[in-house]
Amino acid sequence: MHEHNGSDSPSFLARLGGIDRRWIFLAMGLSIALPILLKLRFPEYPGPMAKATFDAIESVPEGSTVLVAFDYDPASAAELQPMANAMVHHCASRGHKIVFMALWTLGRQLADKAIEEVLLEFHPGLRYGTDYVQLGYQAGNEGVIKLMATNVPEQYKTDTKGTPLASLPLVAQIKSTADFALIASISAGYPGAKEWVQFAESANPEAFKLVCGSTGVQVSQLLPYYPKQLDGMLVAVKGAAEYEMLVEGKYPVEKNAERLGQGRVRMGPQLVAHMLMIGLIILGNIAMVAGRSRGGAR
Amino acid sequence: MLQRTIPIAILSLSGIILMLAYFSPLTTSWGETVLGWFNVLAAVAFVLGAGNLLRVNLERISAQRSGWAYSAITLVSFFAMLAFGLLKLGAVPSEKHPDKHFAGAYEGPTAPYGWMYEYVLSPLTATMFAMLAFYVASAAFRAFRAKNTESILLLGTAFIILIAQTAAGMFLTGWIPQDSVFAFLRFDSMKIAITEYIQTAGMRAITIGIALGVAATSLRLILGVDKSYLSKS
Repeated sequence: MHEHNGSDSPSFLARLGGIDRRWIFLAMGLSIALPILLKLRFPEYPGPMAKATFDAIESVPEGSTVLVAFDYDPASAAELQPMANAMVHHCASRGHKIVFMALWTLGRQLADKAIEEVLLEFHPGLRYGTDYVQLGYQAGNEGVIKLMATNVPEQYKTDTKGTPLASLPLVAQIKSTADFALIASISAGYPGAKEWVQFAESANPEAFKLVCGSTGVQVSQLLPYYPKQLDGMLVAVKGAAEYEMLVEGKYPVEKNAERLGQGRVRMGPQLVAHMLMIGLIILGNIAMVAGRSRGGAR
Repeated sequence: MLQRTIPIAILSLSGIILMLAYFSPLTTSWGETVLGWFNVLAAVAFVLGAGNLLRVNLERISAQRSGWAYSAITLVSFFAMLAFGLLKLGAVPSEKHPDKHFAGAYEGPTAPYGWMYEYVLSPLTATMFAMLAFYVASAAFRAFRAKNTESILLLGTAFIILIAQTAAGMFLTGWIPQDSVFAFLRFDSMKIAITEYIQTAGMRAITIGIALGVAATSLRLILGVDKSYLSKS
């Protein structure tokens, strides 16, 4: 232990490097809470990936049967549910018939939520069995996809209500994944979009369009498949916000529009938090340089 | 002898059938049968997982090891959710069959299972994930230092992606026309260049390497060369 006298004491900038981490936690908490409380919104400009996803769903003929897989759980819902909601609304507005399923145990509940809060809210005329079907969760990870690639009725004998698939007009004629016009995987990891590329797309190349929504941390694993195997990709909250702009632009809703704008709501905290991170990194480096020069001067 | 021979035979047969099924339509139904087994095994793995959860946590409680109270909470939560789900406790009676308890719905928040999912599990898992933001901020402040060329490159890339992933990217550089010679200075253009060229190129190399490794390991397993997955006893 040694004591510093006045001249040896580190400068303010150098001391900044040893700041109590609780101040950083407080700053981060405020940078997330304030934009939410103040309802800060910023303009978003759709990027090429969001446009490609939008165009893929638009390019499928009206009334086609599409499969939407909810391959995530509540931990990632804040990041992925906004894009799932927008995608469900987009598909329904375009007149597509939607088959819901999940490769994650808790994905089924998130699909139920999208059905209740978006599909039935904005498209109340849709009927279960002919316009949409909920197949739910099946154990088996990529094994589920692999079997569905050749034989959907073998993998899913009934829907979540226990109704045999043969009794549901929408899925009665579905034999394999090739019978879907488009497959969308909203994915937070394994099993997810990567497995849909490897086991469904590779089994029936060009048979259907494949798009995905992905968390930010997973995107590097999926980039090699875009744009050939994956026709579109929504990346994290920003992807959701950009896609929401496109969907809302073409298919606006009259009431409860905030349900389709959750991606844009989350972009406010993301902007402030990212700026804080940049500020912290710069501050940390200034403190390092100040500490070094002080040490060098002595 | 049989303890080792039979698993190896099942694995080899399943692997060969799945490979044949991929290339030959004649064997597609065989592949589907094997995949059916696989999915059943995956479902049974949940039971094994539950058994393991019980064993580990009961051991910790009985030995009163540090954190045993957390194990007790884990087991109480586990059995509560199991009971709510399997026995459909408090399920909302079905409209079609109001007299049949097991026909009732238990997923909605009005039933205990749905309530636990909606108001306990969902917020808890979301909270766990959200806490990352705080730790990442703290770690970035302490560890993200421009000490050498590599770390400066990493910092530069991080700044570009952090800015480009928000509206600040367009605010700062969106005024540069996309068709001008300076378009590469736009944050969205820089992000695309980083993710689609640099990141994708690196990831493709890693993916191809992993794929070759998986193919080699699969062949070793199918041919019975690698038996490390079998119990040593």
